Amino acid sequence: MSVWARIAGWAALIFGLLYFFVPLGGLFEFSLRARRGVYSFDAYARVLADPQFQATFTYSVVMALVTIAIGILIVVPTAFWVRLKMPWARPYVEFLTLLPLVIPAIVIVFGYIRLYNTSSWLPLTGSTLGTNILLAFGYTILALPYMYRAVDTGLRTIDVATLTEAAQSLGAGWATILGRIILPNVIAAVLSGAFLTFAIVIGEFTLAALLDRPAFGPYLQRIGANKAYEPFALSVIAFAITWGCLALIQLVSRFQKTAPAKA
Amino acid sequence: MNRALHTLRQRLPLTWLGLMPFVIFVLMFLVLPTMHIVIGAFQTRDGTFTLQNIIDLNTGTIPSSYWISVKISVASAALGSLIGFAMAAAVVFEAVPRWIKSPLLTFSGVASNFAGVPLAFAFLATFGPVGLVTLFLRNNFGIVLQRDFGFNILSFWGLTVTYLFFQIPLMILIIAPALEGLRREWREAASILGATGLQYWRMVALPILFPSLLGTFALLFANAFGAVATAIALTGSSLNIVPIQLFAQIRGDVLGNPNLGYAMAFGMIVITAVANVLYIWLRMRAERWLK
Repeated sequence: MSVWARIAGWAALIFGLLYFFVPLGGLFEFSLRARRGVYSFDAYARVLADPQFQATFTYSVVMALVTIAIGILIVVPTAFWVRLKMPWARPYVEFLTLLPLVIPAIVIVFGYIRLYNTSSWLPLTGSTLGTNILLAFGYTILALPYMYRAVDTGLRTIDVATLTEAAQSLGAGWATILGRIILPNVIAAVLSGAFLTFAIVIGEFTLAALLDRPAFGPYLQRIGANKAYEPFALSVIAFAITWGCLALIQLVSRFQKTAPAKA
Repeated sequence: MNRALHTLRQRLPLTWLGLMPFVIFVLMFLVLPTMHIVIGAFQTRDGTFTLQNIIDLNTGTIPSSYWISVKISVASAALGSLIGFAMAAAVVFEAVPRWIKSPLLTFSGVASNFAGVPLAFAFLATFGPVGLVTLFLRNNFGIVLQRDFGFNILSFWGLTVTYLFFQIPLMILIIAPALEGLRREWREAASILGATGLQYWRMVALPILFPSLLGTFALLFANAFGAVATAIALTGSSLNIVPIQLFAQIRGDVLGNPNLGYAMAFGMIVITAVANVLYIWLRMRAERWLK
């Protein structure tokens, strides 16, 4: 390796690291400027005391948990069934789960608004509960590519067929097999999918804004247009939560078995 | 053979039922809503078939918004590819210590998912009128970004620079495995035949990497094209890009024609779909060398 290549390598790396960390530093520094002349946590104090923050944040947390529950209920049985009984269907299912990466979220929610409006056959947007359900389903779709891939990778590391047959010969039904055999075995994978879902939902803007739900993302955008320092403090909090979730994924995936089982 | 046929006839195939919850869910909340938009793009208000909406995309501010969107996506994808490639090459070819690679890849996995409203504020706090870097340059070097470079965070370049925050890590994530697929033997074979480093890159490495590079570029392009939240939080409605215009259209039918809105959304799907198909196709070509 020549000296020039080394210098170029270091230059690229340092430039990239500056690119990542300077904006984070800038954000944090700015969020401390609320009191003139000195750094303080005033903006944080004001934000945390804002009842709207508490309401929207709680809403988004609940939404994330509901989304995770729906995601697990849909993805785990499907991925299990495909591995066990219909391996030929795997490319098709995988294709469907990757579609949300191709179709922009704004188009999906546009479709919801037109398809499930008050004059349609399933007027979900007509009531608060219906809109909440629709939003949770939409989030489940957005998280589908990540959730499915995580669970499918987890299933690859266990011997699904043998476990199922063993459980069946001991008299277990499908619910028992899924809930007490398969799920505990892939729990690390499910958790990493769940944390990623949480990170996606907590700051999501487009769906919540267009379905007009009081979530954290739209609140952050709205306050950004009206307040000077609070949105930056909120962004730091959002960053911390997201990165916390993703750090948890790293932690959880350490516990995951990585050696693939025999087919 | 006969027995297999027999059991097949005896038991009705019901295994497909296990997939039904998933298929129905995806149909109802992904496929049908999208189809509704696509079909609506080819209909008049009273439901007859027409191509007028697609033709009408060429009116008013719509063509310019597509053009700005495409330019931002191309700029952020090109710069993201270039910087990401340089960083990935630095760690894969060990120009920098080996231990940096794993944390960098982990970090990239995190940062590539990080679009959205907080990202916009991070860049506003850094490169905005009173941001950290803006003030630093002004107080220490007398450089005013706005005056000396015409740089404004609420503009084309501002948005491009912000998008790079998630474009660079995405490039690193995807191109690092491709770079690792370059065998040491190829390089050795080339140098035994008398090739210089530059010739090796020009005639061996780059042609092998070309499908990966182009494919990743397409993916980065689609990624930038669909980003909504960052753009809205950063520029409000001052920059007329497709997602922002579509957002306004969904909120309040600013185009005055719902079906024209469908056509705009359809245009978005077409562009991101073409970019993604290109990515998948080029990836399959690239994998021929990575076995």
